[in-house]
Amino acid sequence: MEDTPPVIPVTDDPDTAGFWAAARSKKLVVQRCGVCGKMRFPPRPVCTCGSFSMRWHEVSGRGRVWSYAIAHAPTLPAFAAMVPYPFAVIELEDAPHLRMVGNLAMAADAPINSIPPDDIFIGQEVSVAFRQVTDEVMLPVWIPSARAEAAQ
Amino acid sequence: MSTIKIKDRAAIVGMGETEFGKGLAGSEFELACRAITAALADAGIRADEVDGLSCSNMEATHEEDLADALGFDDVTFFSRIPAGGGGGCGTVGQAAMAIATGQAEVVVVWRSRKRSGRTSRVWGKTAQQVTDYEMWLRPYGMIRPVDDIAPQTRRYMHDFGATRTDLGRIAVTFRAYANQNPRAMMHAKELTLEQYLSARWISDPLCLFDCCLESDGAVAFVLVSAERAKDCPTRPAYVHAFAQGITAGSSLMANYNLEDPYRLQSYAAAGRLWRDSDFAPRDIKVAQIYDAFTPEVLWSLEGFGFCGRGEAAEFVRNGEIGPGGRLPVNTAGGSLSEAYIHGFNLISEAVRQIRGTSSAQIDNVDSAFVCSSEGVPTSAIILR
Repeated sequence: MEDTPPVIPVTDDPDTAGFWAAARSKKLVVQRCGVCGKMRFPPRPVCTCGSFSMRWHEVSGRGRVWSYAIAHAPTLPAFAAMVPYPFAVIELEDAPHLRMVGNLAMAADAPINSIPPDDIFIGQEVSVAFRQVTDEVMLPVWIPSARAEAAQ
Repeated sequence: MSTIKIKDRAAIVGMGETEFGKGLAGSEFELACRAITAALADAGIRADEVDGLSCSNMEATHEEDLADALGFDDVTFFSRIPAGGGGGCGTVGQAAMAIATGQAEVVVVWRSRKRSGRTSRVWGKTAQQVTDYEMWLRPYGMIRPVDDIAPQTRRYMHDFGATRTDLGRIAVTFRAYANQNPRAMMHAKELTLEQYLSARWISDPLCLFDCCLESDGAVAFVLVSAERAKDCPTRPAYVHAFAQGITAGSSLMANYNLEDPYRLQSYAAAGRLWRDSDFAPRDIKVAQIYDAFTPEVLWSLEGFGFCGRGEAAEFVRNGEIGPGGRLPVNTAGGSLSEAYIHGFNLISEAVRQIRGTSSAQIDNVDSAFVCSSEGVPTSAIILR
């Protein structure tokens, strides 16, 4: 399905552009309040403490699979050639209450269906990598840590 | 400041439904007009008496077009309720508020939908470039509502020991109720647990029978004051209590940013609903629970206090949501087996239970609970 353009985020929204700009530099960031230090994701224009001093804060990029599912047909044309493929909810090591949806893969450029579903489990340790999707968009992708270490 | 209570001040006095099915001939506009016409006839109220309207934020038929088509006189109250499947009970609740506060005297609520065609699937229209909350989900292939809640389902099963068989029991229970209901799309089709367990995956751990039907149809209700309701030919279904709910950190379906991952929207609605109700959860004899997907039933049972946290699967396992159980649920078949009219047909079934006309009538019904979709900004009502 190479003719089908991928589903991508807008990258110029003032509230969220910083996340995608950091991703282009292969950094995973969340917001951190400049006043109270609370970390949050998804990005918001204001902290619950009332401060508008939200800053981008790089996190370790390590996390655990909080849960996952395996998508089967039917789905959008952009994903139809990949079914069945897993997607996961990752809780971040630095802030376990923050969870991000993302793909699991053997390596940054491996397809999103490269990990057999039976090899995925809740609590699995993963590390972030980044996949170039368009000139503007790098998407985080999560590599099982055992694999990432073996590759080093 | 004295507050105005809505308790029992307004009632559903008219109910209208088109047939439910796939590939119905009429437009959504026509289906809406047919359901509203039927509801007004049921109530014995003329179209030119309608002065209030309330509907889902996803409703495609427009207030001014309906007013023109049906011959309403001046309409002075209208509201649209978020969010998708979470808004159904909100339309009834806000209609009751409008009547209790004197903003309107005859309020019509409705939902008209043609969802049976492949091209009418909302997720199929996902933009290639996504914004808002979707930017954190769709680029990773979390596309459909079923994808949004599948990981939460797996985690719930992991944390509390719920099984696919428990989810299957929900689907099978509702199907059996649909088999009793001649209007249900699945009236003639039986479903066994074995069929459930061998069905194809949609978003593992959820299979085909965990997902609601895709339906065409429309449902409408007419509400008036309790005083006026006495003059109507039908047994009034009084709006006893109503609440809407959003909890901090909650989202639209993909609720992965709550600090407590199970404190979904129903927890917010439940507090106000039961505070304002003379009935407690243990007093409710029949419930209609939004079931676009089977796990929503578990989470709503817990969120609204019919079970303790993590106990809903056992409640289902013990047969409590079926005939003779402590809380029969979705007695017309629900979204899974009657029709998926965004939960409005669940409200119809609650009205029938109050009127004593359900195809699975519960004895001595003195109240009926209805909730809209868990997992999105939601709403709930108690009728009596």
